Amino acid sequence: MARIDVRNVSKAFGAGGHVVALAGINVVIADRELVTLVGASGCGKSTLLNLIAGFEQPTSGEILVDGVPVSRPGPDRGVVFQQTALFPWLSVEDNIAFGLTLKANRHKGSPQAVTNRMLERTGLLPVRSRRPSELSGGMRQRAAIASVLAINPSILLMDEPFGALDSLTRSIMQDFLLEIWEEERKSVLLVTHDIDEAIYLADRTVVMTAQPGRICEVIDVDLPRPRRYAMHSDPRFIALRERVTALVRNEAIRAMSAAQAA
Amino acid sequence: MCAAPADANPTYHKRAATPLFAGWRRAALMLQYAAFPVLVLILWQVFSSVGFVRRNVLPPPSDVIAVWYDLVTGATDVAARYSGTWLDHAWASIWRVFAGFAWGVSLGIFFGLIIGLSRIMERVFDPTIQVMRNIPVTAWVPLSLVFFGIGNAPAIFLIGLGAFFPTVVNTTHGVRQMNLTLYKAAQMMGASEGELTRRVILPAALPSILTGVRLSMGIAWVLVVVAEILAVRSGLGYLLNDAYLFYRNDVVIAAMLSIGLLGFLSDRLVVLVRHYLLAWNVKETFGGQD
Repeated sequence: MARIDVRNVSKAFGAGGHVVALAGINVVIADRELVTLVGASGCGKSTLLNLIAGFEQPTSGEILVDGVPVSRPGPDRGVVFQQTALFPWLSVEDNIAFGLTLKANRHKGSPQAVTNRMLERTGLLPVRSRRPSELSGGMRQRAAIASVLAINPSILLMDEPFGALDSLTRSIMQDFLLEIWEEERKSVLLVTHDIDEAIYLADRTVVMTAQPGRICEVIDVDLPRPRRYAMHSDPRFIALRERVTALVRNEAIRAMSAAQAA
Repeated sequence: MCAAPADANPTYHKRAATPLFAGWRRAALMLQYAAFPVLVLILWQVFSSVGFVRRNVLPPPSDVIAVWYDLVTGATDVAARYSGTWLDHAWASIWRVFAGFAWGVSLGIFFGLIIGLSRIMERVFDPTIQVMRNIPVTAWVPLSLVFFGIGNAPAIFLIGLGAFFPTVVNTTHGVRQMNLTLYKAAQMMGASEGELTRRVILPAALPSILTGVRLSMGIAWVLVVVAEILAVRSGLGYLLNDAYLFYRNDVVIAAMLSIGLLGFLSDRLVVLVRHYLLAWNVKETFGGQD
């Protein structure tokens, strides 16, 4: 069980809080739901993810995970970063085992057994003893996802996880993520600026506007599951894409001219 | 249509290296390495032997080698009062270098970590360290003699001081330039403060720390000579200075070369440890790892 409640959250930065990154955000991510957060760059979507992860505190409002306010990062909320968080001095398998060898996760089972299962599940068995620098971008991000899944968080927070990958690898990784999600059914919040990705993965996609960051619209994605790559040409998908694109583009243009006027 | 061609892994044929060709290549390589040092030795030998300078002002390499041999073995007595004393002196210097090095480097890593991790500790300690590290360590010689008297203590103090500053500065730098994402990832996984320090910060800062350690090793050999000239009656620095007073320039040069050799070997030791610990840190740079 893991439900995220974001209640009336605002976040301001800078001296005297003059830069408002987020204003009055309300969003609920239900248990085992996959929600994507899409918007132009600078709309505060990564800030919202950082707040839920507990790396930063909201200026006002509150964030609850299963009814408990978030105060700091913790292994119940696994974060996958855009810049792959793998320790360059550890092999792939030691990276995956890292979380489980921490005191906080001792009770979660044998690092050895979990690591082996993760290596197998992510297709990284042949490269288990390699170092991250010896892997391709896609493999690295798979290893990073495996290292987060190893500690078995009930929530997965993903900050543009495939943003640094080429488009072919990205679409393969999207299917990989969906496959994992179909199996493990965690609550997922995924931040992206790729509209196709936002729709293809999501149960619901949250469109954000910039300056200050607000929720513009929440769109239900009524495509059947499991998703297939061919759905990219489904009329429903195309209609959704046009709708989201119009929203994001209008907002980006409005934000840019507002910035010029200021 | 898209099947891989039959020869999916073509082998690229190098020019066949015949044994004769390989032998020539090796000879050419050796020549590149050896040419300059051999030339220097020959010029030096000729220069000293033909009487441009007096033999006891600049003894030729043959004399230096002979006296060095006697210094080490005590077999021929050409080194007279120094005959057979090399091992004791060398050991005294090595011991001092590593003793001073041990406390200087440990303290440097400790302060580097706390300064790098905490803005408060930075404000408390960093200004003092930044000012103090601009005082040449040799300027500490008079005070260290007054405080610690004649003996090992001032030598170990000076060497430690010399090792402390490069280590603390480089450790601080290493902590500061750590990838924040790694820190956040470990924090998210539930790492405690101790685990973060031991398993994330320390390994991330290690390349920088070892750069500091390597610089410290170089300085340590400078300071051991200074200390031994002034403060103790053993060690290669003492041997060098004593032989100078007795006008035994052959012994002086043998002592100089011994110090150079030991300095070189201890640098290699640090590099070896570095290669072992930092096998992961191979960067794609023009010069490679070092």
